[in-house]
Amino acid sequence: METNPTSEIRDPRSAFGGPLGAAVDWIADFGGVLIDWLIGLGNIATFSLRTFGWLLVRLPRKETILPNFYQIGVLSLPVVALTGTFIGMVLVVQSYVQFRNMHLEAKLGAVINMSLVRELGPVLAATMLAGRVGSAMAAELGTMRVTEQIDALVTMGANPIHYLVVPRFLGCLMLIPALTIMADFMGVAGAFFYAVYLLGIDSHHYLENSRHFVGNFDLFVGVFKSLFFGAAIAIIACYRGFNCDPGAEGVGRAATTAFVYSFVMILLLDLLLGIALDGIYYALWPEAPKLF
Amino acid sequence: MKIVMVATATHISDSRRPLIQMEGVKVDFGRQHVLRDIDLTVSRGKTLAVIGESGCGKTVLLKTIIGLLRPTRGSVRFDGRNLAELSERELTGQRIRFGFLFQQAALFDSMTIAQNIGFSLRQHTNKGANEIRNVVLARLAEVGLPENILGKKPAELSGGMRKRVGLARALALEPEIMLYDEPTTGLDPIMSDVINELILSTRRQHPVTSIVVTHDMRTARKVADRVVMLYPLPRLRADEPQIIYDGPSDRIEQAADNRVSQFVRGEARERLMEMRQLNGR
Ligand SMILES: Nc1ncnc2c1ncn2[C@@H]1O[C@H](COP(=O)(O)OP(=O)(O)OP(=O)(O)O)[C@@H](O)[C@H]1O
Ligand SMILES: [Mg+2]
Repeated sequence: METNPTSEIRDPRSAFGGPLGAAVDWIADFGGVLIDWLIGLGNIATFSLRTFGWLLVRLPRKETILPNFYQIGVLSLPVVALTGTFIGMVLVVQSYVQFRNMHLEAKLGAVINMSLVRELGPVLAATMLAGRVGSAMAAELGTMRVTEQIDALVTMGANPIHYLVVPRFLGCLMLIPALTIMADFMGVAGAFFYAVYLLGIDSHHYLENSRHFVGNFDLFVGVFKSLFFGAAIAIIACYRGFNCDPGAEGVGRAATTAFVYSFVMILLLDLLLGIALDGIYYALWPEAPKLF
Repeated sequence: MKIVMVATATHISDSRRPLIQMEGVKVDFGRQHVLRDIDLTVSRGKTLAVIGESGCGKTVLLKTIIGLLRPTRGSVRFDGRNLAELSERELTGQRIRFGFLFQQAALFDSMTIAQNIGFSLRQHTNKGANEIRNVVLARLAEVGLPENILGKKPAELSGGMRKRVGLARALALEPEIMLYDEPTTGLDPIMSDVINELILSTRRQHPVTSIVVTHDMRTARKVADRVVMLYPLPRLRADEPQIIYDGPSDRIEQAADNRVSQFVRGEARERLMEMRQLNGR
């Protein structure tokens, strides 16, 4: 990626004074922000397209892929497993009292496992990935940008997108399903443990209800959504790193904005995909069992 | 799977044509103008030194030549082809004919020294691990570094050592064109001279065209056929050319323009007066 010194947006400050001038200034500022935002959107779209393009043309070598996969997948497992377990237990703690008041303890398993598998597992795994891996990637690539290592790659005839972004993108995309399943599993196990052994809910009913309401489609929905989360995390983190501002401050900001933007994007995608997939589900199985 | 080294571009090219031709090049960063109306040609097999005070745009000049920066106006021709008209792939093909020593070395800090030096060999040749290792060892010896640093990471080396690793890395593919950004800055006098000798011997071994950005007049005099001096734009009148000296390296001290002779002799008197005037305002 070349740094392009040509982009220059003129600042059309008004020649008016007084309140009219202030209003014109405000509109100009607002327009400026809007334009910057649109340019950013266009840049990140081009960045993604170039990444996808390389996926079709030529994959990176094993030596560049494997270390990234190790970082993204293996090293993230413990923290995903741990947080998954706790989320499962917390859900039971939170819902138990309300369900008991309505005499619906037996349905607890259905509700909890459904939300784990559909929502919390994938979102949690993605959040952990964004925090642990996304911000680290942004900081690493940002440092490479600031210390001219990315320029050095270019001068040595290596394409930085192919060499740096594609392995990270593939790692996030291919390993986030595994992380999601890990979060699901540990969450389900943690919830079961808490509900059955600590709260004394009847395990037969707990499991029966879960089995009746939570189907393969729900598991699929969770894993399917996670693919989008993984892709978004990798693209946002790499893009922030590549467009890092100079200096230590720039690198720090690249890391934090990578996390914040990824997190917002995860929630946004979750909402949109949730709506779309629900539509598909009831179109396919109109007679599907409803909870109440 | 690899971009195999293209030897084809050399034999089509006309050997009398200058290798690098800059015409009317202008480079801006936002509102800051750094280079303006630069016309510069570098002939095959010659060594050009670029001097000029800190911040005048020497690094920007090198980066424009290799296509890391796009000129705002004007054109850079390499071997007769306008860089701006090349596709990404063609540009890559041209870039591997260059070696670039970055001012801060820009070593890949996730890789060992051996991997750094061997990087372009692994990317662009079909050499096996042993062959690559031999080239790496040879390059390392040329820049006067011991073998035991091969397994280290760049962060474990001193600044001068990093610079020399950067030089070894840039020379690994035996490029046709070498761009050196201050090759001897930060080195002791002896090591500086080792690097000067290396630049000269590289040229004897195969016909390499070089551009050496330097603050070191000894280096300029020793390695260069020709010296160009850039002057910072903000202190130049609108009608003055930015290149204030362009000529042989041995007569630069007697240059008519006293900005040049003062720079070469390292006299700060006039500059100090100018700075005092600025501060006094
Ligand atoms: N990426 C960039 N963005 C904005 N301004 C830049 C950038 N790179 C260089 N400049 C500006 O261009 C001018 C010239 O910089 P350059 O690095 O070419 O100087 P130089 O001649 O190499 O100096 P030195 O001898 O100190 O290395 C400086 O004023 C610098 O502020
Ligand atoms: Mg410089």
